[in-house]
Amino acid sequence: MKKFEYLKPTTLEEVFSLLEEHGEKAKLIAGGTDVVIMIKKKQLAPDYVISLNNVAGLDNIAETNGVLRIGSMVRHRALENSPLIREKYTALYDATSVLGSVQIRNIATIGGNICTSAPSADTAPPLLALDAQVVIKGGSGERVVPLTNFYLGAGKNVLAPGEVVTEFEAPKALLSAASAYYKLSRRAALDLPIIGVAVYLRLSKDHSCCEDARIALGVCAPIPIRALEAETLLKGSPADNETFERAGEAAAREAKPRDSVRGAEWYRRDMVRVLVPRMARRCVERIKSQCKE
Amino acid sequence: MKKRISFTLNGTLVEKEVEESAMLLEVLRDDFELTGAREGCGQGECGACTVIIDRKAVTSCIYPVMEAEGKEVFTIEGLLGKNNELHPLQQSFLDNAGVQCGFCTSGMIMAAKALLQENPHPTEEEIRHGIAGNICRCTGYVQIVESIKKASEAVSK
Repeated sequence: MKKFEYLKPTTLEEVFSLLEEHGEKAKLIAGGTDVVIMIKKKQLAPDYVISLNNVAGLDNIAETNGVLRIGSMVRHRALENSPLIREKYTALYDATSVLGSVQIRNIATIGGNICTSAPSADTAPPLLALDAQVVIKGGSGERVVPLTNFYLGAGKNVLAPGEVVTEFEAPKALLSAASAYYKLSRRAALDLPIIGVAVYLRLSKDHSCCEDARIALGVCAPIPIRALEAETLLKGSPADNETFERAGEAAAREAKPRDSVRGAEWYRRDMVRVLVPRMARRCVERIKSQCKE
Repeated sequence: MKKRISFTLNGTLVEKEVEESAMLLEVLRDDFELTGAREGCGQGECGACTVIIDRKAVTSCIYPVMEAEGKEVFTIEGLLGKNNELHPLQQSFLDNAGVQCGFCTSGMIMAAKALLQENPHPTEEEIRHGIAGNICRCTGYVQIVESIKKASEAVSK
């Protein structure tokens, strides 16, 4: 492994000035569960590793003014153990409770999971289904980018040199809505998904009709994607099995998976068809149970 | 470059010159000669290097040593009692045949220790979830789960 200098700034301003000073010779590190392995495998060879672990204020989970805010340095384990996330943003709980292992979830962060920009990131489909925005800060200011526009390709995103993701924002959860994520994998732990499927559903008052819907797919394209046609099909339609199954077929047509060691193209597509309705039904169950409480 | 860091290791404040690009596991093994934590995969996937940092189980093979500064690190060596008596988890692994070749054992016990600190009376499912990051290629896990279950019962008695 190549040797590097390990820098530990304590404020974002310090981070920005270190990034400017060292430019391409530097690599930002959050939990490090991706970056350290890339350095060990010689896919990365930075001279400077800039750690975000000692910058204060990046690890809050809070619901304020109608917005859910999750700091980029929040560990997956903190999300898994947060009653707020488990009860109201359940797709994110579904994802963070099966990502890696306890040991990995204690270190790895949601910001790192998104910034590595792997098509298999477990937190990406839930965040897309929750309509999340990415808060990005840099030396010259702040910008907010919808997660749907954040990715440019496998391992690529819109972050400019010197920019840092500080937070994710999502609309506050509603009693009439719920979300669910399914990670299809061979092993129960320490595995990447063959595919990942997240569904968000908002129902009418009597629970008979889908008023709003978002469907997100992981490992079904070079980047995590929304299945927009399937969403359109759900909106305004009865919240029943027939509708959900048609949405699954539409999402399967929209998916563009590839053959890989982890799964064949046809299998991934077929599992989208199966899992979209399954997650939609799970959303309905969750909405019904939270309305009873 | 070498840098000086200080942290609490198994209850004692330590200070050491370390290579700043090293991972914690290398420093524990090579500089402190604590060889209980082991390198299996070197990528955080097998759990053999599990140690406890600030009460949380982590894979020390991918944990930059510089992040240990000021933290409280526990390794399997820190489990021994004052008179070298075994920790209830260690005793239970012995009594219930939770050890075969032994390579995974230190990591497995440290993962179990972190689990019991968080949840002193886990169900079998919670135990399996808690040690899902630790691979054992010998036992088939049944005796390991039983060892942890019996240890949790022994501690509560």
